[in-house]
Amino acid sequence: MSNEMPAIRRAATMQQRVDAVQAALDERGMNASGSVAQLSQLAQEEWIPRNGARVVARAWTDPAYRQRLLADGRAAVMELGLSMPPHHRHLVVLENTPTVHNVICCTLCSCTAFTIIGLPPDWYKDLEYRSRVVRESRTVLTEMGLDLPTETEIRVWDTTADTRYMVLPQQPAHTLGWPEEKLVDVVTRDSLIGVARL
Amino acid sequence: MDGIHDTGGRQGFGPVRFTPGAAAFHEPWEVRANSLYAFAVRLGIFNMDEYRHAIERMEPRHYLSASYYERSLTSLATLLIEKGVVSQEELERRAEGSFPLARPSATGRTNAVGRERFRSGDRVRVKAEHVPGHVRMPGYIRGKTGVVVSESPAYPFPDAHAHGVEAQDEPTYDVRFRSEDLWPHSADPALINVAVFESYLEHAG
Repeated sequence: MSNEMPAIRRAATMQQRVDAVQAALDERGMNASGSVAQLSQLAQEEWIPRNGARVVARAWTDPAYRQRLLADGRAAVMELGLSMPPHHRHLVVLENTPTVHNVICCTLCSCTAFTIIGLPPDWYKDLEYRSRVVRESRTVLTEMGLDLPTETEIRVWDTTADTRYMVLPQQPAHTLGWPEEKLVDVVTRDSLIGVARL
Repeated sequence: MDGIHDTGGRQGFGPVRFTPGAAAFHEPWEVRANSLYAFAVRLGIFNMDEYRHAIERMEPRHYLSASYYERSLTSLATLLIEKGVVSQEELERRAEGSFPLARPSATGRTNAVGRERFRSGDRVRVKAEHVPGHVRMPGYIRGKTGVVVSESPAYPFPDAHAHGVEAQDEPTYDVRFRSEDLWPHSADPALINVAVFESYLEHAG
């Protein structure tokens, strides 16, 4: 036992802490740096909201696909060549209608179908959204710029297990008859979470 | 555990800091932190339940003040140390400063004895249980009654899986609650659907 007082040390910066972990793993021959480069490319270029937008555009233009998507979301997104991690064993697609509006959240952490709708933004993981959207759904959505008719039923989905959710937004009337490729550009990440309509 | 992470329904928070189409990442280190934890999961150093629980075990002041990716990195470093892959001394030497970690884990538990099966339409009650370890039952549904709307495939039981306890995989159910039942006279009208593990539920008759 040392009698020395422990030195008061400043906290390392986040950059320093990430560097430290990565270097420690590299030194053990785990090639963390190689995997980080590969996973970072996936996170920024492959796991993007455009995947979910493709799913929605197909569902809008192909009624049989829409049925398959609502019955088994995981199998239906795989039809389009998209993937989900092994622990996301189930994807439930939530269909918005003129009278029902769905919105997803994760009050305990940050769970999302990130390979399909993209990695979540800060606000989704912030305490404000997580604490309030389940209890003050209409108020929160209004603050975020989404005014729903009073008769619209709001359904909140809290991602507390490894089932994942995605909102199927309503197709805007002015896009009816558009080709699928053009519809993909209409669908936003925020509409897949359910904090925006199109 | 009734931790600081269990935010659903807590009052006093202000507006969501929302901008349409907000970016997922802001700094290069955030991308790397996210990739490093995913790498460790892929290698099988720890699983997602251990990862989530190590975030929940952060000292509450640290949890509340940390950014999302700081929480992620804190969990990663804590688990790498607990699994014997690295030491805190090495990480702090390399980082040239202190590297705050999560607090120690309590014990886990196995599946409930005599679990009941449920079907769509069943009225169910969430057991009023308090556990010291990892649990995926948000506090706001404890003891509350709802209706099963769907069933998902069996998953590892998180209360066990986060603690290295042997347990069976079990189904989860999407259970629909009325916000009015969760927070009487104190919530916007809505249907709140929560994914609930079978062990947490009992028939409400």
